[in-house]
Amino acid sequence: MNTPQQITPDQHAPEPSEPLEPALELSGLRRDYVVRAPVPGSRRRRRQVVRAVDDISLSIRPGEAVGFVGANGAGKSTTIKMMTGILTPTGGSLRVLGREPVAERKQLAREIGVVFGQRSQLWWDLPLRDSYTILGAMHRLTDRQRDARLERLVDGLDLGAFLGRPVRQLSLGQRMRGEVAAALLHSPQLVVLDEPTIGLDMVSKEGLRRFLREDRAERGTTLFLTTHDMNDVERLCDRIVVVNSGTVAYDGPLDSFRAHLGAPRELVVDLAEPAAALSLPGSAETAAVEADGIRHRIRFSGAELTVPALLSAIGAQVEVRDLSLTEPAIEDLVREIYGRSGLA
Amino acid sequence: MPTYWSIASASFRQYSTYRMATAAGVFTNTIFGFIRASILFAAITTAGGELSGYTIAQAATYVWLGQALLAPIEAFGTREVSQRVHQGEVAVDLLRPASFLGLYYAQKLGRSAFLLLGRGIPPLVIGALVTGLALPEDPLSYLLGAFSLLAAITLAFLADMMVNLAAFWLIETRGLTVVYTAVMNLLSGFLIPILWFPDWLLGIARATPFPSMIQTPIDTLSGRITPLEALPLLGVQAGWVLVLAVAAHLMLRLGVRSMEVQGG
Ligand SMILES: Nc1ncnc2c1ncn2[C@@H]1O[C@H](COP(=O)(O)OP(=O)(O)O)[C@@H](O)[C@H]1O
Ligand SMILES: [Mg+2]
Repeated sequence: MNTPQQITPDQHAPEPSEPLEPALELSGLRRDYVVRAPVPGSRRRRRQVVRAVDDISLSIRPGEAVGFVGANGAGKSTTIKMMTGILTPTGGSLRVLGREPVAERKQLAREIGVVFGQRSQLWWDLPLRDSYTILGAMHRLTDRQRDARLERLVDGLDLGAFLGRPVRQLSLGQRMRGEVAAALLHSPQLVVLDEPTIGLDMVSKEGLRRFLREDRAERGTTLFLTTHDMNDVERLCDRIVVVNSGTVAYDGPLDSFRAHLGAPRELVVDLAEPAAALSLPGSAETAAVEADGIRHRIRFSGAELTVPALLSAIGAQVEVRDLSLTEPAIEDLVREIYGRSGLA
Repeated sequence: MPTYWSIASASFRQYSTYRMATAAGVFTNTIFGFIRASILFAAITTAGGELSGYTIAQAATYVWLGQALLAPIEAFGTREVSQRVHQGEVAVDLLRPASFLGLYYAQKLGRSAFLLLGRGIPPLVIGALVTGLALPEDPLSYLLGAFSLLAAITLAFLADMMVNLAAFWLIETRGLTVVYTAVMNLLSGFLIPILWFPDWLLGIARATPFPSMIQTPIDTLSGRITPLEALPLLGVQAGWVLVLAVAAHLMLRLGVRSMEVQGG
């Protein structure tokens, strides 16, 4: 690829013995918000300190893909805002690509790509294409560099059909793909995505994931992503960090996380005829049989077993009339994590 | 530079698509021009044909240039930046690898260029045809007038930006905008020429950057003052640009430091 990767000299040719400088290094990071809460029965407001991020330490190697998950209000966005230099930490320190984010915000913005799922970095009233012209100029890409990269993005994210439409007319799924293209236009070494799949339908989500995987495989970027969808983590990340109330509750490879949690997915099948226990492949197990043998709740791990494989095993034994699949909510996983480590 | 150019031209193109708004703006600008002109004419006629150095023709020029500048200067203030601060969208602006003020200034210049052509020139032409205009004798007046206009747009941008940046500390900036635009419309010499002010008010106005936003470019462009008289006023404008640019920059720095970005 002919894309302008900005690689710092020491990362360009690392000494074999010399460990790489972490792409992201957070140590004892803290952030308090001061809120003025109304006092009941009084016109005064009481000053109250909310600790949104409480002593988070993380070290992320270049090229790693980390899923940063946790319930609403766990402190994920606050952490990302500090990583990108738009929010000053209350305590602790952090370095991103060797830089101090707040002090070097603008330089850092050339080296990272950021998507805030609930905000837009595109120019609302202009055709989508114009946003890339402006961003290309901002990132000092030559027209050739920009066009080559854009071609790849348009192709991979399937933007062709609506490049000429004003951003405000795009559907959420189209716009989000446009946002990701905007964040990746300058081929950043670090990609930070805050809930990039929020509100998207299954097809859009899958398209986005497929391209993010491809792009990372091609360019070896570091990925840091928050999400409410465990599938994002499963498909994109090799490491998962669970935050709860501003602290790290779990940090480790995705495989051990699965092992740690056992079988988090649940398939509910309604059968045409009642049946007793079904024989199931692998680690899948019947969690419950309801409605006199019509409804079976089967728990299994998404890592070891695909849904089609499980379904064909069931289909060989009985006739399935209806089915639904529930993904584990992040909240449930966090609760499990806490339960297992005896912290609940 | 290409960044700011691409933003300015995009902003120009964007505003050029708002045809209805442009037509409506031209219409009201023209109507209000006629109302203002007839009030000033009555005052000048009552005063015996001249009032504090303004003849009928000069008053007409003053009114129509004022109407032409109204849109590009955005004398009624903007709210975009304060809203983006309140909604946390400012985070996106700060994550761009370019100067925050520079980006908004480029956008303002592109927008103002369109507003000047699309909404400023038509009332001026209509006014010229109906009431006539007093045009400068010295061609240098046009050149200096163009510089003065650019400085005025820059000053109006910076002052309006400071009002918007107050959103970093205030939950609501609407009141501030109302006060600012009222003071600005009066002290800039938009409503009546500052020479018609009582001495004490003239003194106050001259101690502020407001006359540099409207009175100075109008006087320069209309040839009511000679190029030689205009030069020191352009110097005053340049001085204010410097002061307000530094102030806006400091405000932004402090604001960003104290910022608590709202929302996810
Ligand atoms: N600007 C703010 N002012 C006050 N409190 C805030 C602000 N932003 C976030 N918080 C609080 O900090 C905590 C963490 O928020 P956030 O980082 O947005 O969580 P997440 O992204 O994980 O949902 C929450 O309790 C939230 O209410
Ligand atoms: Mg969030």
